[in-house]
This record gives sequence, structure tokens and C-alpha cells, in this order.
Amino acid sequence: MYPFAYHRPKSLAEASELLAADEDTKLLAGGMSLVPVMRHRLARPAALIDLADIAELAAIGSKDGKLWIGAMATHFAVSRSALVQAQIPALAKLAGGIGDPLVRNRGTIGGSLAHNDPAACYPSAVLGLAATIHTSVRAIPADDFIVDSFETALAPGEIITGVSFPRPEAAAYVKFANLSSRFSIVGVFLARSGGEIRVSITGAGRHAFRASALEAALGANFTPEAARAVTVSATDLLADIHASAEYRAHLIPELTARAVVQCLTPDPA
Amino acid sequence: MMVRISLTVNGRPVTAEVEPRWPLVEFLRDHLRLTGTHVGCDTSQCGACTVHVDGVAMRSCTLFAVQADGAQVTTIEGVARDGKLHPLQAAFQEHHALQCGFCTPGMIMSALDMIRREPALSEAIIRHNLEGNICRCTGYYNIVKAIAAAEKATRALAENPSA
Repeated sequence: MYPFAYHRPKSLAEASELLAADEDTKLLAGGMSLVPVMRHRLARPAALIDLADIAELAAIGSKDGKLWIGAMATHFAVSRSALVQAQIPALAKLAGGIGDPLVRNRGTIGGSLAHNDPAACYPSAVLGLAATIHTSVRAIPADDFIVDSFETALAPGEIITGVSFPRPEAAAYVKFANLSSRFSIVGVFLARSGGEIRVSITGAGRHAFRASALEAALGANFTPEAARAVTVSATDLLADIHASAEYRAHLIPELTARAVVQCLTPDPA
Repeated sequence: MMVRISLTVNGRPVTAEVEPRWPLVEFLRDHLRLTGTHVGCDTSQCGACTVHVDGVAMRSCTLFAVQADGAQVTTIEGVARDGKLHPLQAAFQEHHALQCGFCTPGMIMSALDMIRREPALSEAIIRHNLEGNICRCTGYYNIVKAIAAAEKATRALAENPSA
């Protein structure tokens, strides 16, 4: 692995200062993606800024009537938070299904969103729930945040501080997972709030995206049959050793239908 | 560039000069000679290198030693007490939960973490919590059995370490 300098600032201000000082510097959150990438010599940052000591970044709470999840909250903390479970159980469930326990113990929501892996779970959740990504500089609506594969609207020097989620009436996340990595081959996040239906897809394209045809179909008729009646084109979908583009196209309405069933079924708890 | 770190490993204070790029597992094995922690895939998949950092299980191949500065690290060498095997170690032996033994240290560190994290275990919960640990002898059946068998004694020991 290439050498690098290591900083562990105690405050966001100090982290911002360090980040502004050198454009070859990368932020280190849980490191569940960045560290393997560096160990494979696919990334060569001159310095890492470890955010682990900025305690305020790990908070989970309520802010302005929305659920707030700090950027450094681990997947495990989100999955077991009583507040998340009460407000958006689908989000707690999503966090509890990321990777494996060793990844969930360390991986964070901010790290996952900044990395924006096309098969990661969280990008579909922020899109589906119309969340806002808050940074050291501004607030970015999820629809503007996700730009392309491993690319976000984050500017150099910008640090994610947390994500705020409006509470939906009903939401569900259904993942067809790669059995080895637990990344999604296709993941569907469905949320219903008032009259608005949002359906977002991860794992199937170059980046997480909203499925407007499914949103329209479910807006007219919120049933699994309405979702299954939608045909998704395989053009522009990913194809790899795990699944063809046609197979992913088939999974999208099917998993959406299963998410509808979950939304219509009262939580047993 | 070397950086000075101070941490506690298996209850003993350690101060050392490390390069920021050293994975924790390299520091533990090559510098402290704690070779019980194994390097399997070295690419964040197999879980053989699992250790506890501040009581939480993580892969020591995916963590730099500098990140453990100030932390309490526990490896498989710190699990037994006073020459007596931990109930989980004894259960792995009793239930033949190791064949080649390469994955065993990681399995035990993950098993300890799941007993801490989960209010109660079932076969399904144990299997779900072992998703980050790979056994290529595919001896999962006996590993699951051993963890279930040691749950009660492990909880009792955690509550009363001096017993």
C-alpha cells in the first residue's frame, strides 16, 4: 500500500481546515470501502482525515420534525436505534442487512453515501425517502446528491455531517442480495407519503435512480399487481456475472410488488 | 513517516512507532507477535482477522493500526483467563467446531461479539451473525452448535468475570 499521512481531528472545523489544505486528502469514516480500495492500490490519497473523534457526527435524534442520522452513525447503530425503528422501520431494517456484522459494526451512513457505490443500500433509501444530505457547507436534496457511479454532488472540501429523513406513512426496502457480499443485485426502496409514491432502485444501474413508471403506476393503484404490470426496459441496466440486464429488469417490478405487500401489511411489532 | 501510538492489547499497555499504512493485523502479528489473529483473504471478506476494538468486533485487515491509537484491543490470545479456556473455546473443542482451525480465532471473536450484541441466540440468529466469517472446511454446523452450547456460560462469565 502507498504511504499516506494520518490526521484525527477533534472538531469539524479542524477537519474542514485539514481537508482544504490538500486536494489529495480523503476523509476516512468507517473505512469499509476506502481501506480495501487503498490496500488494492486503486486509490492513493496523500493523507487521510479520520472523523472518528468528532463525537457529534455519530448522533441519532430528531431535528426540525425529521429523523436525523449523523454521518458517522454505524449501520449497527442505525439498525438498533429505537428512534429509527419507531419512525422509519424500513430504514432500520435496511441498515441491519448491509454487508455482515463486521461491516455493520464499523461502516457508516455518511461513508456509504459519499462513496455512492452503485449497489449500496443507502443511496436508494435517501432517494426513496426524499432525504436531505447535510454537509459542512449546505443541505443537498437526495435527488440532486446522486450524480453518477461513485460520484456525488459533494464539492472538494465538503464534509457530510448527517442526513435528515421526513417520516413516510409507509416504506419498505426489498433487496435481492449478492449472497457473498450482500450488496444488492437489485434493491428497491418504496415510500408512500400523502399522495406521493417514490420508488428508487439500487444495484441495477450506474447509480441509484428513481423508477418513474412504477411511481406513476402505484400512484394510480397501490397494489402489487399494478407494480407487476409495469415492464422495465433492460437497456442501460447493468449486466455482470451475477445477473443479466434482462434479469435485473425482471426483478425491479417484482421486488417493488413485494415492497408494496410489506407496506400494506401492518408491522407485527 | 512513523507515528507513535499507545493502546491496550489484551489488557497490557503498548506504545509503538507505526507507519499509518500498516493494517492493525500486521501490527499485531509482525510487531507484537500475536499470531493467533490470522490473515485469510486480506481483502475484507473472510473474517479470520477479527479482533475486538473497544469491545466491538472488526476486521483487523481493514483498519489501520493508527486508528486503534488509544483503544482497547482484544485478540484471541486475550480470551482465555488464568490458563483456563473461555467457555466458547472449550465448546469449540468439545463440539469439534474446528477442522483446519484457520478461521477459528475469527469465529470465536465474532461469536463473543454476537453474544454481547444479541439479547438471545437462536440457530437463525447465529447463522445470520456469522455471515462475515468464512470457514472453507465448511464446518458451520458444528460451529453453530458450539456457539449455542456456550451462550449461557459466556453470558455468566461476562457478568461476573472473576467467577
